[in-house]
Amino acid sequence: MTAADSRGSSSASTGEVAAYVLRLADDALILAQRMGEWITAAPQLEEDVALANIGLDLLGQARSLLTYAGVAEGRDRDEDDLAYLRDERDFTNLTLCETDNGDFALTMARMLVFSAYQCELYARLVASTDETLAAIAAKAVKEVDYHRDHATQWVLRLGDGTAESHRRMQAGLETIWPYVEELFESDELFRSVAERGVGVDPAELRGPVLAYVDRVLRQATLSRPETSVNHKGGRVGIHSESMGYLLAEMQHMARSHPGASW
Amino acid sequence: MPAVRVREIVAAVPDPEVPVLTIDDLGILRDVTVDPAGGVHVTITPTYSGCPAMDAIRADVTSALNHAGYDDVGVELVLSPAWTTDWMSREGRRKLLDYGIAPPAPRATSGSGPAIALALTLRCPQCGSPDTQELSRFGSTACKSLWVCRDCREPFDHFKAH
Repeated sequence: MTAADSRGSSSASTGEVAAYVLRLADDALILAQRMGEWITAAPQLEEDVALANIGLDLLGQARSLLTYAGVAEGRDRDEDDLAYLRDERDFTNLTLCETDNGDFALTMARMLVFSAYQCELYARLVASTDETLAAIAAKAVKEVDYHRDHATQWVLRLGDGTAESHRRMQAGLETIWPYVEELFESDELFRSVAERGVGVDPAELRGPVLAYVDRVLRQATLSRPETSVNHKGGRVGIHSESMGYLLAEMQHMARSHPGASW
Repeated sequence: MPAVRVREIVAAVPDPEVPVLTIDDLGILRDVTVDPAGGVHVTITPTYSGCPAMDAIRADVTSALNHAGYDDVGVELVLSPAWTTDWMSREGRRKLLDYGIAPPAPRATSGSGPAIALALTLRCPQCGSPDTQELSRFGSTACKSLWVCRDCREPFDHFKAH
């Protein structure tokens, strides 16, 4: 009975780690898929390569995180099972990561906010009591720092550019802003992993992330949008209409040809 | 075969994307151990999280050891401590330069958090001129950016400090 109890409590905590890691993995995976959509469609060849490389970094992070989530949950699922064989309601990514790419300015607005978020998150996760998470974060933090720098340069150039580039950069911000508060929304799982030193409560990232974004926007002559709309639900598997289309494209090969390899 | 010789075999495996460098030059080879039964255990670390060359490197290491008569080979990927271009050997930097790729500058890693990226000028690996300019922050692979020399007008790759 005592043994069963202690097993029970340890599986509850590894279950929490698995669920937490899966959230981070899904954010990276779904945005990597969106980045991939830019290939052959970016405004210049160099940017085609840049967006593909950023997508590849995110995909690499997602692979490490998904693999670890699979190990932590202990149900014998690997990275491919988790990426390709889960249904929409089982994905726990932020709604921001699944939003349609829109034009280049919108993609840069999203990258600015999300990479600023990942920078602050991974910088803290480096000190996680969970060694695997700390190791993944130590690799990833340098990558997302470069993404943030890339987005920053474009937001400055477009915001403080021509009247048209300024208009479109501001419009991109307006479109993504209703999805921003969800990044910082805490819940029981986040608070529990943060308390144990394993994870980070996203509520504490709000200050530093928005401070960074505000600095860039000010310098780019843009303004932070004001909105009372606050989309959420991603963390509990309730997604926007875009998500179904994204998953159909991402998963159809693995589902049409189960076990295929090359 | 002594363990040091086994390490040499593994160390000589070229990087599939920058074949002028071996995996040892690049600094991604962490450890090679040989157990009493002749099994070889190799530890490598990825450059970037999404580096697509890792699977190829794993296969190349296994095949190099198989050719040398080692059938029991394990290649393990470890993430920590995270790779940095500071681990690239002096020999590796020289080979890169000879190959036409500007090598990474040392990272200033004082204190905690990501180092401040200084926009230092790069010397053109073709003509040596310091009058160069970044064309694209992302190049043909995750680890490179694309530059051009304003003197000889030749474009060149730069292995980014990471």
